[in-house]
Amino acid sequence: MAAVQDGQMELDAEKETKPEILSDGTSNLSGNTASGTLSSSPLTAAPAGGAPKMEDQQTLIAVLQFLKRNKLTDSVEILRREAGLGEDQEDSQATDGSGGGKGDVDGGDANSLLSRVSITSAAAPQSMCDSPLMFMLSAAGADDQPDVSVVLSAYSQQGDPSLYQVYYSGLKNFIESVLDCHRAELSQLFYPLFVHMYLELVYNNHENEAKAFFEKFSGDQECYYQDDLRVLCGLTKKEHLKGNEVLLDFRTSRFVLRISRDSYQLLKRHLQERHNNQIWNIIQEHLYIDIFDGMPRSKSQIDSMSGSLAGEGKREVNKAKVFHGLLKEPEIEVPLDDEDDEAENEEGKPKKKKTKKDSLGSKSKKQDPNAPQQNRIPLPELKDSDKLDKIMYMKESTKRIRLGPENLPSICFYTFLNAYQGLTAVDFTDDSSLLAGGFADSTVRVWSVTPKKLRKVKSAADLNMIDKESDDVLERIMDEKTASESKILYGHSGPVYGVSFSPDRNYLLSSSEDGTVRLWSLLTFTCLVGYKGHNYPVWDTQFSPFGYYFVSGGHDRVARLWATDHYQPLRIFAGHLADVTCTRFHPNSNYVATGSTDRTIRLWDVLNGNCVRIFTGHKGPIHSLAFSPNGKFLASGSTDGRVLLWDIGHGLMIGELKGHTDTIYSLKFSRDGEILASGSMDNTVRLWNSMKAFDEVETDDFTATTGHIHLPDNSQELLLGTYHSKSTPVTHLHFTRRNLLLAAGAYNSQ
Amino acid sequence: MKSKVGYLEREERRFAEVPRESIKLMAESTGVELSEEVAALLAEDVCYRLREATQNSSQFMRHAKRRKLSVEDFNRALRWSNTETVCGYGAQDALPFRPLKEGELFFVEDREINLVELALATNIPKGCAETMVRVHVSYLDGKGNLEPQGTVPTAVQSLSEDLLKYYQQITRAILGEDPHLMKVKSVSHDLDQLNRLLHMVKSLVQNPYLYLGSYVRSLVSSVMYCILEPLAASINPLNDHWTLRDYAALLLSHIFWTHGDLVSGLYHQILLSLQKVLSDPVRPLCSHYGAVVGLHALGWKAVERVLYPHLPAYWANLQAVLDDYSVSNAQVKADGHKVYGAILVAVERLLKMKALSLTLAAGGGSAGLPGTTTGAVGFRENSPGLSPPPEPLSEPPLGIASHLQAGGAGCQWEEWTPVSLPAMYCELYSFFGDSLAVRFSTDPPLGGAPSSRSCQPLEGRKEPASGAPNLENTRKMPQLTASMNISPRQDGSPRMEPQPPSLAATVPGRSLARSSSSSSSVSRSRSSSSRPGRSTSQSRDIFPKARFPLPQAGPPAFSFIIGGRQMGRRCQGRRFQTSFTPTPPLNTLPPRAYAHKLPVIGRVSKPVRRWTCSHYSLHLPL
Repeated sequence: MAAVQDGQMELDAEKETKPEILSDGTSNLSGNTASGTLSSSPLTAAPAGGAPKMEDQQTLIAVLQFLKRNKLTDSVEILRREAGLGEDQEDSQATDGSGGGKGDVDGGDANSLLSRVSITSAAAPQSMCDSPLMFMLSAAGADDQPDVSVVLSAYSQQGDPSLYQVYYSGLKNFIESVLDCHRAELSQLFYPLFVHMYLELVYNNHENEAKAFFEKFSGDQECYYQDDLRVLCGLTKKEHLKGNEVLLDFRTSRFVLRISRDSYQLLKRHLQERHNNQIWNIIQEHLYIDIFDGMPRSKSQIDSMSGSLAGEGKREVNKAKVFHGLLKEPEIEVPLDDEDDEAENEEGKPKKKKTKKDSLGSKSKKQDPNAPQQNRIPLPELKDSDKLDKIMYMKESTKRIRLGPENLPSICFYTFLNAYQGLTAVDFTDDSSLLAGGFADSTVRVWSVTPKKLRKVKSAADLNMIDKESDDVLERIMDEKTASESKILYGHSGPVYGVSFSPDRNYLLSSSEDGTVRLWSLLTFTCLVGYKGHNYPVWDTQFSPFGYYFVSGGHDRVARLWATDHYQPLRIFAGHLADVTCTRFHPNSNYVATGSTDRTIRLWDVLNGNCVRIFTGHKGPIHSLAFSPNGKFLASGSTDGRVLLWDIGHGLMIGELKGHTDTIYSLKFSRDGEILASGSMDNTVRLWNSMKAFDEVETDDFTATTGHIHLPDNSQELLLGTYHSKSTPVTHLHFTRRNLLLAAGAYNSQ
Repeated sequence: MKSKVGYLEREERRFAEVPRESIKLMAESTGVELSEEVAALLAEDVCYRLREATQNSSQFMRHAKRRKLSVEDFNRALRWSNTETVCGYGAQDALPFRPLKEGELFFVEDREINLVELALATNIPKGCAETMVRVHVSYLDGKGNLEPQGTVPTAVQSLSEDLLKYYQQITRAILGEDPHLMKVKSVSHDLDQLNRLLHMVKSLVQNPYLYLGSYVRSLVSSVMYCILEPLAASINPLNDHWTLRDYAALLLSHIFWTHGDLVSGLYHQILLSLQKVLSDPVRPLCSHYGAVVGLHALGWKAVERVLYPHLPAYWANLQAVLDDYSVSNAQVKADGHKVYGAILVAVERLLKMKALSLTLAAGGGSAGLPGTTTGAVGFRENSPGLSPPPEPLSEPPLGIASHLQAGGAGCQWEEWTPVSLPAMYCELYSFFGDSLAVRFSTDPPLGGAPSSRSCQPLEGRKEPASGAPNLENTRKMPQLTASMNISPRQDGSPRMEPQPPSLAATVPGRSLARSSSSSSSVSRSRSSSSRPGRSTSQSRDIFPKARFPLPQAGPPAFSFIIGGRQMGRRCQGRRFQTSFTPTPPLNTLPPRAYAHKLPVIGRVSKPVRRWTCSHYSLHLPL
C-alpha cells in the first residue's frame, strides 16, 4: 500500500510539474479504468486499508502503462524502481489485463476510452470537480471503482419501471412483518435501496415513474438523510446524473451495512422466494453487507452509527493498530527560575531538574506501550528556542489550574468588531501571545494579544549594520518603526478558510479558496511559500504539533500532508467521498484526523498514508475535531449540533454530547483533558465533563470486537455549563497553558 | 438586469421552477425563436443547474461561518463550475424580491441611484471601520462575573413557558434581531427601536387587563429617556427624533392620566428632572425641546410652575441662538425654532387653560364646585377684576396701561400661582409678541358684537373709554375677552361654539386644514419668530387688554373668546377666534397630538366676522 501511495504521489507530481499535460487529467482515467476492470469482481474486492497485493500490482501496472503511453519515461522508471516491479512482470500483466477487460471497456484501447471519457466530461461541464475527482478516485485505488460512465452503465439493465414500486413496497412489507429484533437491522436497507432504485429509474429515462417512486417512499427514510434526499429529488434526468457529486459519491462507493447473520439469512430467503431479482441485484452490486455473528443490533445502536454518505465503516477498517500514545518528552535541562536556586552550586542544579521533571510528567518518563516509536516519522530537531519554549511551557504548567466539574475555567472572549460577517477562521498560538484571523476579503490579520507589539525584521542593509556578537542580537534585528498591534498579510485571492500558527510562532499557515496554502513568516510578515496542490478551495490546514509538517484538506476530497520545505505534498490521503472540511494532527504527529462533508471522520497514518480508522455516526458535515491531550480520544462536532467522542484505540464511539443548536465550529480539550469546550454558531460556549464521559465508557472485549456500542444518553449530566456570547458565533476556542479558556468570534450585528 | 423568474404552481412543488414562458421570453429578447419543446427542456435544465449551483454555494457559506447565503457564495459556486458569474448584486443584504400585480411577474427591485445626488451628498458615509479585536473576561471561574449576557433577566426567568416565549417575541419585535439588548438605556440610540419601544409601552399602558403596578415606574423612566436623552441620532438632521420626543411626551401624559394613582409620587420627581434639564444651558436644544413638550404633556399647571418661571432665563439663551444667523449655526437655529415652537404651544395652552380655570371657577362657584376655586370665585365676583396688576411688568406701561383689567388678582386666588393670568399674558407677550397673538388672536372690543350674538348678549363686554385709541394702524395686542352667558347654552346658537374638542370639526375647511396639522402651525410660528427681536420690541408699546364681564345674575357661564384677524397672503384679513367654554371633562381629555390641542384658529361664525371687521381688528403682517 505504501508503494501505491508513493506511486500516486509521483503521478501527482507529474500533474503539477507538467501543467501542459494537466488537461490529460481525464486521460489518467483510461489507464486506471483498465486497472479497474482488471481487478477481480467487485464483490470480492477487499476493503480499503487491506487490499490484496495482487490488485495493488495491477493498479500499478495500469499506471505504468499510462505513463508509458504518455512518454513519461522518467516517471515510469521511478515508479518501477519504487514498486520493485520487473518489466516483464508488467508486460505480462498488461497483456493479461487487456485480455481480461470485459464489457464495454477495453483496457487496451486507450484512444476509444479517451474519447468516451472526454465526451462524458464534456457533457457535464458544470461538474465542479469532474476530472480531479475521477482522477483522485481512480488514483486512490483503495476503492475498486472504475470511472463514472461504467458505474452508471451498471444501471442500464432494464426492468419494468412500473414494478419498482411493487418491489420496494414488497420488501417494505416484508421488513415490517419480521420480528422486531431483525426489523431494525433490515430497515437499514431502505435508504440505499431507495436511492439506487430511484437512480435506476432516472437513468433509464423513466422520469415520471421516478418521481412517483420518490413521492411515495421518500417520506419513509430516516430524517437524517433529508439533505441527501433534497439533492436527489432534484435529479430527474439522465443527463443530470453525470457530474452530480453526491450521486458520484453514492455510486463510487458501496453502501456498507452491518447486519447480523440471522437477519441476513432472513432477507436472502425472502428475496429468493419472491424471485425479487431487481432488489437482489442492487444488493449484490451496490451494497456491501458486512455480516457478523451474534445478536442483532437495536435501533438505537444502528442509528448512532449510521448517517454517513456511504453507510457505516466496515468492521475490518478499524482493526488496524493505532499508536495513540504520546511521544516521550525530550530531555531538557530546566534551569531553575528562582534566584535562590541560581545561587546554589553547580551540582545542585541537575538534581533539582530531575525532581521537577518527574513531578511534571511521570508518564513521559516511561515509554507508553501505545506510543509509536520515537523515530517512526522523522521529526525536526529541537532548536534552542524550542527548548526555551518548552521550559516556558513547563513553568507555566506548574501554575496551571486544575479544572474539574467544581472548578470551571474562566472564559475570555476575543470579539472581532467590524468584521462585516467576514471572519472565517481564527487561531491562537500555543502560548496565547498571538491571534490570527482569516477573512473573507482574502486577508490574514495577525494581532498581538500581549502588550508586546508586532515588529518586522530590519531590511537586509540594516541587518548588516548590527553587531552580531551582541547578546541582544535578536532584539536588535527588529525594526522598532514597524511596531504595531496588528499586521495584515495580503496574498490570497479568495476567502481564507483556515489559519494555523507553527508551534515556534515563526510561521503562519493559511488556506484559501484560491486553492493554495500559504506559509507566512511572522518575522518579516511576508509570504514565504505558496503550496499549490489542491486545485480547489482548501478548507482547513494545520501545523503538526512539532512543526515542519502540516496537513491540508479541501474541496477536492483529499487531505495532503506537506513539509514546509517541500513544494509538493508528501502524502495524499484519499478516500473521503466528499470535501475534507477539517484536518487535525494527533498530538504525537503520527496520525492525522480528517472530517468530511460525507459525514465520516477518518484517521490516517502519516507514515504510510493508510486510513486506519473510519468513524461514522454524524448526521451532518463535520466542522471541528479535537484530540484529547493524551491522544487516546477524539471529539468531533458537526452541523447537526452534536459532539461525538471516539476512542481511537478501540475505534469506537464512546459518547454523544447533545445541546448545541447549530453547527459546532470549534472544539478544544483543556490542557489536562478534563474539560471539553465546544463553541458553536448558536453563540454559546459549552463545557462538558470529558473525564466522566471517558471513564464511564465500558470497553469490554465484546464491545471492542463487535463494535456495537450502547451509548448512555447522559448529555445533560455531562454538560457543565452553557455560556452565551452577545450575538457572537464562537469560531475558535483555545486553552492557555494555565487553563484559561479563550474564545474568539466576530460580533454579528444582524 | 431584471431577472424574471416565475414560480409555477405545480402539483408537487418541491422547489422553485423557471417556467418555459420565461425561457421563451428571454430567448425572444435576444432574438431567438424557441419551440415549445426546446423551451421546456431548457427550463428544466435551468432549474436543475440553479439548484445545483445553490447547493454548491451553501458550502461556501458554511465555511465562511455564516448563516446567510450571499451572492458572493453563489458566484463562487458558479466560478468553480466554469460558469459566468452574476455581476452587480454584491450587496450584503438581500434585495427585495417583488411581485407585480398584473401578470405573474417577479423581479428584484433595483432602484436607480442618482449618482449626482450621491456624489454631492453632504452626509458622506464614513468608510468601513477597521476590523479590530476586543477582549473581555466573559465568565470568571465558569460564572458570569458580569451580567450574564444573553440570558433573560432574572425578573423574566420566573415566567411560565408561554410568557417567556411571549417575552422573547416582544423583545425581538422591539429590539430587532438582536435579542441581547435587554435595556433600552444600555445601548440603543436607534430611533426605530425606540419608537417600537414606545409603542409597546403605549399598548402596555392601554391594556386594561394589565396591572402594571410598580412597573409603571420603569416604564416612565424609559419614556423619560426617550423624551430627554440627547440621542446620537439627533445629530443627523434627517433623523426625525422630534416625533419620537413628541410621542414619548404624549405617552407620558397618557400614563399620568390613566395610571395617576400609580405614579402620583413620580409627578414631582419628573417635574424636577424636567426643570433640571431646562435650566441646564449645556444640554442640547433637543433635550430642551423634550423638556418643554414633557412639561406640556404634564398639563398646564406643570407648564406654569416650571416652564413659566424659567422662561425669562431661558429666553436669553434661546434668543441668542435664534439671533445667530451664521451658516454654521443653521442647524442649531432650526432646533431653536423647534424649541421656540414647543414653548409657544405650551404657553398658549397654559393661557387657555388658565382662562378656562377662571371660567370654571366662576361657573363652578355657583354650581358648588369644591376646591379652592370656590373662594376665588367669590372674591372675583366681589371685585370684578379691576384691580391693577399686582406685579410690575417688564414692559413700560404706556397709554392704556390702565386698561389692564386684572382678571388677575390671581395670586390671591391660588396661592401657588405666582402670576395672574393677564400678567402672565403680558409677560408672555413680551417674549413672543405677535406670534402669541397669532395663536390667540384679538378680540375687537365693542362694535356690533353684542348684537351679533343674538341669543347671548355678551353682557360683560365692556370697552372702557380709554381703550378707545383704537387706531387702525396701531398694532394691537390681542385681547383676551371673557364673555359670560347668562342663559345656558340650550339655545343652540350656531355661533356659540361647542366644546373645544368638537371645535375642529365645526370650523370651515380652511382653518381646519391649518389647525389640524401641527407642523404647519409650528412652522408658521417659526416663520413669525424669525424676527423675534422686532416683535418683542414692538410689543413693548402695546398693552394687553383683558376684559372681563361683569357678573350677572343667574348662574353665570363664562366663555372666553379670543378673536383676531390675521393678514392673509392676499392682504385679506383672516380672522381668528378662539372660544372656550368650560368643559368639565376636560381634565380627563386624552392627550392627543398637538393639532388637537391647538386652539381653533379661524373664522368662527359670521357674526364674529362682522364685528371683527367692523372695528379695529388686528392686522398682522406675516
